[in-house]
Amino acid sequence: MKDDHTGAPRKPDQGGVPRTTPIQSATFTNPVNAEIRRAAATGIYDIRGGGAKRKVPHFDDLLFLGASISRYPLEGYREKCETSVTLGTRFAKNPIKLDIPITIAGMSFGALSGPAKEALGRGATMAGTSTTTGDGGMTEEERGHSNKLIYQYLPSRYGMNPDDLRRCDAIEIVVGQGAKPGGGGMLLGQKISDRVAMMRNLPKGIDQRSACRHPDWTGPDDLEIKILELREITNWEKPIYIKVGGARPYFDTTLAVKAGADVVVLDGMQGGTAATQDVFIENVGQPILACIREAVRALQDLDMHREVQLIVSGGIRTGADVAKAMAMGADAVAIGTAALIALGDNDPKWEAEYNALGTTAGAYDDWHEGQDPAGITTQDPELMKRFDPVEGGRRLNNYLKVMTLEAQTIARACGKNHLHNLEPEDLCALTMEAAAMAKIPLAGTDWYPGKPGTSY
Amino acid sequence: MQTFDLEAEGLRALNSALHAQAANTNQTVWEIVNPKGSHAIAVGLDAPIEVNVKGHTGYYCAGMNKQATVHVHGSAGPGTAENMMSGTVIVEGDASQYAGATGNGGTLIIKGNASSRCGISMKGIDIIVHGNIGHMSAFMAQSGNLVVCGNAGEALGDSLYEAKLFVRGSVKSLGADCIEKEMRPEHITLLEELLERGGCDAKASEFKRYGSARKLYNFNIDNAY
Repeated sequence: MKDDHTGAPRKPDQGGVPRTTPIQSATFTNPVNAEIRRAAATGIYDIRGGGAKRKVPHFDDLLFLGASISRYPLEGYREKCETSVTLGTRFAKNPIKLDIPITIAGMSFGALSGPAKEALGRGATMAGTSTTTGDGGMTEEERGHSNKLIYQYLPSRYGMNPDDLRRCDAIEIVVGQGAKPGGGGMLLGQKISDRVAMMRNLPKGIDQRSACRHPDWTGPDDLEIKILELREITNWEKPIYIKVGGARPYFDTTLAVKAGADVVVLDGMQGGTAATQDVFIENVGQPILACIREAVRALQDLDMHREVQLIVSGGIRTGADVAKAMAMGADAVAIGTAALIALGDNDPKWEAEYNALGTTAGAYDDWHEGQDPAGITTQDPELMKRFDPVEGGRRLNNYLKVMTLEAQTIARACGKNHLHNLEPEDLCALTMEAAAMAKIPLAGTDWYPGKPGTSY
Repeated sequence: MQTFDLEAEGLRALNSALHAQAANTNQTVWEIVNPKGSHAIAVGLDAPIEVNVKGHTGYYCAGMNKQATVHVHGSAGPGTAENMMSGTVIVEGDASQYAGATGNGGTLIIKGNASSRCGISMKGIDIIVHGNIGHMSAFMAQSGNLVVCGNAGEALGDSLYEAKLFVRGSVKSLGADCIEKEMRPEHITLLEELLERGGCDAKASEFKRYGSARKLYNFNIDNAY
C-alpha cells in the first residue's frame, strides 16, 4: 500500500487508525545528518575545494534592459565594441594592457599540476589576457607560456624570491580570498610531492597549512611601507594589485587604495579555493553581487574609479556575468573555477571514476586529495598524463573568446562601443534581495531597498 | 668608496644606483649617510657589494638581499633582511619585529636584541642574535638556524617545521609543537661554525637546542575516511 500523497510505503493501519506520513526535517536534512555522522566517525571537519555551493543572490538575478527608442543600439559584428583594459595606470612604469577584461585568477602549482598551469598560460596568452601564480611560487611552465603573468605575494611566501619578482608582469599582494576571508591556505599531504615540497621548502607528505596573516606587516600603514619596498625592489615598474575577499568591500577597497594599490582584486564567496574547511567556504564572506557596488563607491569617494582598476571574481561563468560585473563598475573580472571546467575539470566523461570516488561529475570537490580523474588538480604523475596542456590551452582560449563575444553582444545591444561604457542604468533586478545588494532598481520600478530619499 | 647622502638624493636614486651594480662592479664599497630611519634602504640588491648604512634604518632594510653585505651601523626597523636569499646583513644595534622573516638563505647577524617574531617563517636563513629575542620568534619556521646568545621570549618556535633553534639563556615558554632536543655532536659542530660566523663570544656547549615535535605535521584523524 502506498501513501496517497508521497507515494511512500505505508504501514498497515492499526485498528483502522491512519498513520502519519514520515516527514523529513527541513532543519535536519539528510545531507546535514550525513555530515553529523561523518564528523562523529572521523573527528575532523570536512575539507574540500571550490567555492560556496549554497544558493545566493547572483548575476542571474540581474537583467539588461537593452536599447529601444531612448537608447540607440550598435550593429552586432559590424560596429566596434572594444574590450581592452589597461591595469596599473596609477603608479607603475609598465601598466598591463589586456585584449579582453577576463583574467585568470591565482591558482597554485601544487593545487594544480604543472601541465594544468601550462594550459592556463597557453589559453590566456592566445586570448590576450593574463594568468596568476598562487601559493607555491612561480613555475617555468607558467612563466614560459604566459605572456602576462601576475605573481602573487602571499602570507606563506612559499617560493617567493626577488628574481621571480623581477620577471613577473605585476605583483598581487593577497590579503584574502572570497572562499575564506580571514583564512590561510591548505594543501594536504597527498599533494606534497617532491617537487612541491622543494618549492615550498617543507617536508614531503605533511598536511601543510599556510598562514592567514602576512609575517612582516600588520594593518594598512605597514602595508603601505611593504608596497614601497616591493616597488623599490622592482624599480617601480610593476603594477601592484591587492586582493581581498568579499568581507567589507567599502573599507577594504578604501584602505587598499590608501596603501598605494594600482589595482584592487575583489573576490566573492563563490570564488574557489584548492582546499579549506567546508564550514568556512559556506559561512564566511559575502556574495560578489553584494560587494561590487560598495567597492566602486569607495573608489568614487576617493575619486579613483578607473584610475585604480577593480577586478572582480567569484562565480563568473558567462559573458553575461562579465557584462553585468562591468556594468556595476568593475574594470575586469577574473575566473578560476570556470577556467578549470573549461580545461576539463568535472567533465561527465569521467563519470565512472567520479562514482568510484563516491561523487558525481559536477559535484567533485575533493581537489585536495589529489585523485582528480581529469588530471588537473593532482600531482599524481599517472593522472597528470591524462591532461594535454595544448588541448587544454585551446579549450580555454575558445571559452574566453565565447565569453568576450557574449559580453560584446550585450554591450552592443545596450548601445555601448566599449564594455567599460556599460553602466548600472543598463540593468534591472529580478528580486528584492538582488536589488538591495546591487543597488539596481527592481524590474518594473525605479526603486531598490535602501535607495536614498525613499522611506524603505 | 662611494658615499651616498640619502637625505639629499632620495631613496629611489639610492636603490637604482645599487641595483645598477653588476657582479664585476668596481664600486664594491658604499657608504650611506643620513639614513634617518628611512624605509626600504638597500632592498633587492643582487651584486657582491658592501653597503654600510651610517645610522638607523626603518622597515625592510636589505629586504630580499642577494649576494650583498649590508651593515647597519645603528638599529634597524621591522622586517630587516626579510626574505633574504644570500649574502650577509649585520645590525650593530637592536632589530625590531620580524627580523629575517621568510629568509631563504644568507646570514643575519644582530649584535643587540631582536624584537618579536624574529625568524618568522624562515626558510633556510641563518640568524644569529647576540642579545635576546622577543615573543613568537621562529613562528612556523621551516628551515635554517636561529642562534640566540641571550634569552628567548614567550612561545618560541610555535608551529615549527624543520628549523633548528639554539638558545643559550632562558626560554620564557615554548610554542605549540616546539620541544627541547638533544645536542648531538653534529649540532655542536654546526653551532660552533655559526657562533664563529656571527662573531659571538659564546661556547656551543652552553646552548640548548629546540626543534619540532612534528605532531602538527598531519591532521589528527580518529578514523580516516
